[in-house]
Amino acid sequence: MKDKLIPSIIIISFIIIFLIFYKGLQETNIYTPNSEIKKDIPIFSSVKFDSKENVSSSEIFNSNKFYLLNIWASWCVPCRQEHAYLMRLSESDQVTLIGLNYKDNFNNAQNFLKKLGNPYETILLDEDGTISIEWGAYGVPETFLIHKNKIVSKYIGPLNEELINEIYSIIK
Amino acid sequence: MRILKITLIILLLIPNLLFADDQFERNKITKNLRCLICQGQSVYDSDSDFANSMKILVDKKLAEGLSENEIYDFFKEKYGDWILYDPGLNKNTYILWLLPILIFLLGGAIIIKKLKFKN
Repeated sequence: MKDKLIPSIIIISFIIIFLIFYKGLQETNIYTPNSEIKKDIPIFSSVKFDSKENVSSSEIFNSNKFYLLNIWASWCVPCRQEHAYLMRLSESDQVTLIGLNYKDNFNNAQNFLKKLGNPYETILLDEDGTISIEWGAYGVPETFLIHKNKIVSKYIGPLNEELINEIYSIIK
Repeated sequence: MRILKITLIILLLIPNLLFADDQFERNKITKNLRCLICQGQSVYDSDSDFANSMKILVDKKLAEGLSENEIYDFFKEKYGDWILYDPGLNKNTYILWLLPILIFLLGGAIIIKKLKFKN
């Protein structure tokens, strides 16, 4: 009995270890953060894209309506994909779109907007990328829906039909 | 003349020493922060745009007079415990911290029992 016990334990242990590793391989290693956040928006100051005048966050997010802050750059390919959805959203009276231009070349960013349209009411510059970190962004593009100075929801990556419908359902 | 020379050398070295201290602090912090883009690397090792922005932000926070732990708290508030390579003891990490001690104690107990059995 004792002779069989030890090999059985070893075999069972190997099977358990194999299953753990096998399951580990199936799961993605990329961390996906929780988007259900009700955090206050960060306090920051920036420069306006066109006029280059200094502006603080309290001047931008100053009313109780919905704001959509979109982090974008002309060099970012997924930003082109989502741009048509942002143009559609800009037609809505329920939400004000704010762009945060991340580490971009001014002329390239201007050409991008000329070609694809400008959905933003205001565009702010994030030249060294630190404002995006203050917002807790994970990459470009990233979008934050804001209401009463709180982040209602956060969309990592490009917006799509499903996410746009979700935004419409929140802001209506 | 000699005293003047020594004083001059010391005066020239002071900014370097201060800068080295800042760099040391910044490197120590960025080595403990996880890169957002390449998640297997620290911010210190990574050269991605977001890692470089985080390095600038660490410099800014150090210049504002924030301590190492205050900077960690700032990043934890934005990104959660996950952002730190060396997370503190809390309800999510207690298994991580206590399991090695438990395994060590269990192993020790088995060895002691075996030795006693042999004797």
